[in-house]
Amino acid sequence: MATINPCSGDLPGTFGDAMPFICDGAVVTAQVTLGGAALAIVLAAVAGLASTSHAWLVRAVARVYMEFFRGASVLVQLFWIFYAMPAITGYRLSPIFAGVLTLGLNLGAYGSEVVRGAIQAVPVPQREAGIALNFSTYQRMRRIILPQAFVAMVPPGTSLLIELLKATSLVSAISVADMTYQANVTVSSIGNQFTIFGIVMVIYFLMAQVITMVMRVVERRAATMVGRETPKRRPPQMAWTDPAPTSAGGGGKS
Amino acid sequence: MNWDWEWTREFSVELFTTGLKVTAQITVFGAIVAFIFGLLLALLRRSKILWVSTAARWFIQFVRSTPLLVQLFFLFYVLPTIPPNIKLSALTAGILGLGVHYACYTAEVYRAGIDGVPPGQFEAATALNLPQVRTWTSVILPQALRRSLPALGNVLVAIFKESPQLSIITVLDVIGTAQELGSERFRYLEPLTVAGLFFLVLAIPASIMIRRLERRLEY
Repeated sequence: MATINPCSGDLPGTFGDAMPFICDGAVVTAQVTLGGAALAIVLAAVAGLASTSHAWLVRAVARVYMEFFRGASVLVQLFWIFYAMPAITGYRLSPIFAGVLTLGLNLGAYGSEVVRGAIQAVPVPQREAGIALNFSTYQRMRRIILPQAFVAMVPPGTSLLIELLKATSLVSAISVADMTYQANVTVSSIGNQFTIFGIVMVIYFLMAQVITMVMRVVERRAATMVGRETPKRRPPQMAWTDPAPTSAGGGGKS
Repeated sequence: MNWDWEWTREFSVELFTTGLKVTAQITVFGAIVAFIFGLLLALLRRSKILWVSTAARWFIQFVRSTPLLVQLFFLFYVLPTIPPNIKLSALTAGILGLGVHYACYTAEVYRAGIDGVPPGQFEAATALNLPQVRTWTSVILPQALRRSLPALGNVLVAIFKESPQLSIITVLDVIGTAQELGSERFRYLEPLTVAGLFFLVLAIPASIMIRRLERRLEY
């Protein structure tokens, strides 16, 4: 039996009419997700490290960034950056750039909370042992704290990446041709809302599963690197709360 | 580019009377749906009947992994086209969509709360020969809900913050109104900034307060 490319128009009925467009959109969704994730991870690392700094000014800057971008939703920030900011800066960002920028800034703020919590959850004696062994501050971070903290970052980070994937659908509101946008366009030309929105939801779901699977591999590798076993299953975590500190950070500090 | 203060004063009244009312409505009713339906989902997940708990788990997983926006489109554009052809107003569809979406998050919150109740409590209820319903309503849930309180507060803030997504399905909430005001003059800076600040001013203190509550309940 010949294999059929699901993205070509060979499929019967609505599928054949819609799939080429939805696939184009899926590629854009994946691109925006990857771009947003790259920016978010960099910002989360920088702001997360800054928020554990000894200098109060550095901490304060990180804090302001984190509170500011967690204070309103992606959509509000997206509209502001795309529609309102041109009045101040004088030029308009391309929709896809505005989308990636907003997603990166917003999810980066949530991510920095994860990074901060994970660093603080590393037991204090680990840091003290580093001092006793005459490690420099950088070596202590790089060789002792971060490898352990990274293991704790992965599960809440996975939830955030799925939140990011879901939030990419909002860029359709500023006419980026992502999967949601293409679904709307296809519906307005050929109808059959049920099938098209159904397909799109299933694709989003599958993309989320791919993220989960990849991150599980990452977690297992990170855990093996610090000589730990990963628990088989863990309850899902909420993206907007600060999962790491509630269990370990709070107890560690008192 | 300078800020038009006079216009700001003018539209702020409209923004905060009509828009704010709708946003408040969405938040309150969305939260009610999320808290009640979430509890139902959490209980269904614990059901001893395998297919019920599996179905609940898949439903939660699916809704949590797909964008709220697409779910809103589904409720608003798809439901009228499939039997029994339910036509919801944009506001109703939005509240339902938002509520059901966050119900899948609150279900996890309740689950964590219920799991946190010591097993001895269940055993004591069995030993006292309490009926199932009584065990849940007077022993387990009061303890579980107290534990869930901060996390439910977070969900409430999240519902408030995500409510602007309803503006995409034509609901005139704060952001929808701001967009409309902006399009009248093709000038978005003032209305969108005021609307954005409005969210910051409410959401940031709220989440700081919830963090305090979290710490207080911990010790």
